[in-house]
Amino acid sequence: MSDLSRRDAVKTIARFGALLAAGGVVGPGTSALAQDDPVLAGRPLVRYPEKTDLILLTSRPPQLETPMKYFDRAITPNEAFFVRYHVFPIPLEVDLATWRLRVTGRVDRSLELSLDDLKTKFPRAAVTAVNQCSGNSRGRFSPRVLGGQWGDGAMGNAEWVGARLKDILTAAGVRQGAVQATFDGLDKPAFPSVPDFVKSLDIARIMDDQDILVAYQMNGAPLPMLNGYPARLIVPGWYATYWVKNLSEIEVIDNVFEKFWMRPGYRIPDTACGCVAPGTAPARTVPISRMTVRSFVASPGPGTRVPAGRPVTLKGIAFDGGYGIQEVQVSTDGGAVWRRADLGADLGRYSFREWSTTWTPSRPGPARVLVRAFNRIGESQGREALWNPAGYLRNVIEHLDLQVG
Amino acid sequence: MRHMPWLGLLLLTLATSAIAAADKMIPMPPDHTYATLKPGAGVEVTRQQCIACHSTDYIVMQPRGNAKQWDGVVTKMIKVFGAPVNDQDAKTIVEYLATQYGN
Repeated sequence: MSDLSRRDAVKTIARFGALLAAGGVVGPGTSALAQDDPVLAGRPLVRYPEKTDLILLTSRPPQLETPMKYFDRAITPNEAFFVRYHVFPIPLEVDLATWRLRVTGRVDRSLELSLDDLKTKFPRAAVTAVNQCSGNSRGRFSPRVLGGQWGDGAMGNAEWVGARLKDILTAAGVRQGAVQATFDGLDKPAFPSVPDFVKSLDIARIMDDQDILVAYQMNGAPLPMLNGYPARLIVPGWYATYWVKNLSEIEVIDNVFEKFWMRPGYRIPDTACGCVAPGTAPARTVPISRMTVRSFVASPGPGTRVPAGRPVTLKGIAFDGGYGIQEVQVSTDGGAVWRRADLGADLGRYSFREWSTTWTPSRPGPARVLVRAFNRIGESQGREALWNPAGYLRNVIEHLDLQVG
Repeated sequence: MRHMPWLGLLLLTLATSAIAAADKMIPMPPDHTYATLKPGAGVEVTRQQCIACHSTDYIVMQPRGNAKQWDGVVTKMIKVFGAPVNDQDAKTIVEYLATQYGN
């Protein structure tokens, strides 16, 4: 073990100790959420290891969502980054002396890479990219659909540093006839009958995209365990389902992988919008891939009372599936007039883009702020929510309700 | 801490043994109690069978549904996820869910 990782271990244990001494790992049953929001009502704030207070969706396997207040800025802090595991048990410890990323299958040379190998044998690459759960905001679907009833906090944006996946596969030597690579992490189900969480990407896609990384650093620090320590896959522009955490196995295969989490899991209607008429079933499906355009108002918080006749600053973020945000617009009159918001620094086409604007409410009473974004190919958000049976791809125009006066 | 002189020793022991075993180790928090299943006929069978793989919030958060919805969910858990639940227990679970979490 290196000195650096030993120090990390000591720090982690120290934190564990502090949590124990504080009387438990899960925080007190606080529920300081917007109780007006039916999706979040009654859900406690909890504090998991290496995490700050997050909104509990499920305990085991853990699913924790990020409170909206963190989306007033482009970078989501590691301790506030959402958590979503698929199978139980989840990995709770990693020993770098034995952890290896294995690359096998239709390759010239199988590889067993240590974390040091990833850091020293491949060029260091960085990308700032949004990681959003396919089912983010599923709890808002109407008619409702089965699945994790997320509010809007199953998303986050970080600077990821790691080795390019294409460099790793090139080092292994992808053989003729290879079609896809599969990705497996340390999370293994309790029963062998439960489908292991394994995802796949096309080899052609991997070799064509220098931003797909095996990341070992998140916002300048090692990844939290619950966000994929020691390394996870980064697939900028695509939904988080492909960003396999606690990555341990890459296999190059000569067919299209269709085990549970690729088929029937994580599929969308094979239609232009990825949607169908509400309550109906699609005739054909395809794997989910690129994210839709979204934008949110994060500040002030919902229900905030603001004075009439005085300017209030509205702030939030916008993102899309990798073309980059061109424009963010705000309406305070129900969508009749849209005003352009100011954009923050451009951190790259895969990143959250901060936006802000000021608004001076004139009349006391309830007020609603609408926000919508356009990306660089003109894609935007609609007034009516699109629907699909799995509750994916949500990108309806969002709103914030405030009290004026 | 004043009343728990053993706690420091415990933490020291934990820390020492953990360093030898892992570069990073976290505890798994227990299931939160906010999503306890409603009382009713079949609640114990439902709880015991379901929590082998997941906490009960996975159940409680779902949209309310009739027996057809819940039969679909339970069948998926058995057929797709390989949950080792026998036919009698599956029937009990569906009836419980349709009654307590029905629409």
